[in-house]
Amino acid sequence: MAGAFWCIVEDDRQGRPKKVMAEILGEAARLGGGPVEAVWLTDKASEAGLTQLGELGATRVWLLENAAYAPYRSEVWSAAVAELAARESPRAILGPVTSRQREFLARLAARLGVGLAADCVALAMDGDTLVATRPVYAGKLLARVAWARGPWVATLRPNVFRPADAQGGRTAAVERPSLAAPTAQMTLVERREEASTGLPELAEAEIVVSGGRGMKGPENYVILEDMARVIGAAVGASRAAVDAGWRPHRHQIGQTGRTISPKLYMGFGVSGAIQHLAGMRTSKVIVAVNKDPEAPIFKIADYGIVADLFEVVPQLTTELKKLMEK
Amino acid sequence: MKILVAIKQVPDTATQVKVGGDGKSIDTAGITWIVSPYDEYAVEEALRIKEKRGQGEVVAISLGPDRVREALRSCLAMGCDRAIHLNDAAWSAVDTLATARALAAVVTQEAPQLVLCGRQAIDDDMGAVTAQLAELLGWPCAYWIMEEAVDADGKTVRAARQVEGGLEVFDLPLPAVLAAQKGLNEPRYPTLKGIMGAKKKEIKDVKAADLGLGAEPAQLAVLGLEALPPRPPGRIIEGDVPSAVKELVRALREDAKAI
Repeated sequence: MAGAFWCIVEDDRQGRPKKVMAEILGEAARLGGGPVEAVWLTDKASEAGLTQLGELGATRVWLLENAAYAPYRSEVWSAAVAELAARESPRAILGPVTSRQREFLARLAARLGVGLAADCVALAMDGDTLVATRPVYAGKLLARVAWARGPWVATLRPNVFRPADAQGGRTAAVERPSLAAPTAQMTLVERREEASTGLPELAEAEIVVSGGRGMKGPENYVILEDMARVIGAAVGASRAAVDAGWRPHRHQIGQTGRTISPKLYMGFGVSGAIQHLAGMRTSKVIVAVNKDPEAPIFKIADYGIVADLFEVVPQLTTELKKLMEK
Repeated sequence: MKILVAIKQVPDTATQVKVGGDGKSIDTAGITWIVSPYDEYAVEEALRIKEKRGQGEVVAISLGPDRVREALRSCLAMGCDRAIHLNDAAWSAVDTLATARALAAVVTQEAPQLVLCGRQAIDDDMGAVTAQLAELLGWPCAYWIMEEAVDADGKTVRAARQVEGGLEVFDLPLPAVLAAQKGLNEPRYPTLKGIMGAKKKEIKDVKAADLGLGAEPAQLAVLGLEALPPRPPGRIIEGDVPSAVKELVRALREDAKAI
């Protein structure tokens, strides 16, 4: 029997899997290469979270519950999952692209002595092997890659894979394997929460509104935040805006920032430097608003308005608000 | 305190990369090569640690063909003391794991207290070598570092890593591996004196056999590279702003079904 497809759970640190897990579980099921199972490392799982994983198609949840698993440390996680993998021989180990899974799955792959494909945007079974497609050069090109042997370890980009539908009544068998006691070298000193804007994370957001040099200054981003709040979008920025100190680096879209694939990207006062376009050109729908009709971003935009963003944004926010209230 | 900084040479961010004749690698003709931007933060941070402590050694290391000497030379010009160039045909098609193995072998020989890397190289965007190196060495590791401080007796590094929703600050016993995120510092430009001085600094050429390594098959192989499919032509919505905005919202809702 083929080994299972393991999906490493990304949770909200409150005992619930994040929404992106529907995409990972959905893709694992669609590939049909083996049973779909979840592996959840947490200090405290919730019943609701376990139910949710079952409804999303996990036939089994490997629940690794221990205070040592939160906050995550790659040294601890990789030891635990490698031990379990040695026992269970999974066929694939998949997780979403998040700061912790990018580090953890790389470390795990090294421990298992297998390849890692990070930030995949497509997966396909080719006979008996898995082939992954992933953007390189920040999305200027696509690479098709394959593993010399399994388990196939990969991180999957959010918003790209079709999410599984939750089906009531589907349940997962919960296994609590006994593993060696975790040992950690690094210790947490403190966690500094960012003041919550109530807006989604850039990497996971389905809609992104982004401001470039045309925003003229940090004080003007409030108009983008107002619009973002209306449609539940994240606010991003171009490298020019970040390098000018208007926005923090974690908001930067492009080759030295985040590479994103939202359902809708709207750029305001973004000219479209090649390294920015690389970071957002796989968005499903692209809107560009810029005073300069020659701005390169218009070449890849689905919809463009050549006008002053300071005129467009408030009116657009009003129109979107009307639409949302319908 | 000895610090090792692992860097990668990559095409400049403004490069219009094209698929090469073999269909698996890029066409390198006419490319301007740079030190991967995240790696510059790692170099800068290493130099700052040394300067703050008033003593120590910063060693830059990179794996790649002959042209990589130039990237190492830039690191020496910034202020690194010496450089190691892993330059061998055996590494011509390495994946992240084989790269990490080669680096781990050097780290074992050099025995630094700290290894700094960039968050990811901006060519293959894998972001894996730092964690894989830490695993092979059995060292703790923190990714996407926004600040760090090595304690006075050089036993621990306190590092703040960027995670979704904030920063997490950890104490890592040394030796440890850190991956630099943009925002950690502002890398210096080499001075003229630095550039002149760099010419006299050592760049040691190291072969796989020097490290007791042979050619190993890549665990992850590139089957092919391709350009992104072109996007369908878009449309400029004409007219005055109020009517263009209304039409945009209608099109997003009814045609594109994006909102």
